[in-house]
Amino acid sequence: MKSLEELKELREQVQKDMKTRSEKKMPEIIIGMGTCGISAGAREIMKTVIEETEKRSLDVKISQTGCIGMCEKEPLMDVKLPGKERVTYGELKANDVKKIIAKHVINGTVVDELAIARLEE
Amino acid sequence: MRELSLHILDIVQNSIRASAEKVEIIIRDRTSENKLVIEIKDDGRGMNEQQKKTAADPFVTTRKTRRVGLGLSLFAQTAESCQGNMKITSEKGKGTVIKAEFQKDHIDRPPLGDISTTLVSIIKLNPELDLVYRHSRQNEEFVLHTAEIKSQLGEVSIAENKIINWLEKFIVSGIKNLYGGQEDEIT
Repeated sequence: MKSLEELKELREQVQKDMKTRSEKKMPEIIIGMGTCGISAGAREIMKTVIEETEKRSLDVKISQTGCIGMCEKEPLMDVKLPGKERVTYGELKANDVKKIIAKHVINGTVVDELAIARLEE
Repeated sequence: MRELSLHILDIVQNSIRASAEKVEIIIRDRTSENKLVIEIKDDGRGMNEQQKKTAADPFVTTRKTRRVGLGLSLFAQTAESCQGNMKITSEKGKGTVIKAEFQKDHIDRPPLGDISTTLVSIIKLNPELDLVYRHSRQNEEFVLHTAEIKSQLGEVSIAENKIINWLEKFIVSGIKNLYGGQEDEIT
């Protein structure tokens, strides 16, 4: 059984990370969490985003949206880099998420074959 | 939905959209009565009589006006398909309680599934939410209360990756402990 004591140690570690973090604006990832999204696999998308951002020590703002009317394209995930257009990706699998994080979130290149919509700021 | 924990994630989205500040998820595994009970309580804006009547009807709700969507009707259908039922108790301005009962050994009962991922997803996306998870089996109980975790964390956010990672392990080991170190019997 894990104990709450361990949290204190973690807290100190995270405090150190926070000090080295830059002030610049963070990329944002938005996941469709309506009933349609969840039944199509949004939770696995969320899990992969958490795992990948942890593994790569990425500072990303993760938020959710409800059903946006593209149920047949779920699970959906949007990526919004600071100052750039918001891109919607659809019909995602865990591996697609890894690709999007590596290419788009980190390198700034939109993954065209998975993108289904773009929204100018 | 393939797992009860996916229904839970979905129902909690309703609570969040209803501006809930506190959500309590209660799982009661009553093996001796062959029952599994899932309860989700929130302090959101609640429903009036009309909304309550139509909440579980997929054909009455429309996207423009719906607050609850298809999720509740799916959950009710799942419960009913395994000799169980779902009840909605709600009061405008006070909150909503969704309670579903399942015949535990019914062949159509979906597994609880990956509840730890459901919980950390909710916490990661809604760090300000006061979330309580209670999972009991016979006389034992595993409890996760985010307010308690937050009091240990001080100014560090509960949504930090390292904390989320720890929470996931905490939940998995807590539930495993509840089942005597065996794989979760209700998965």
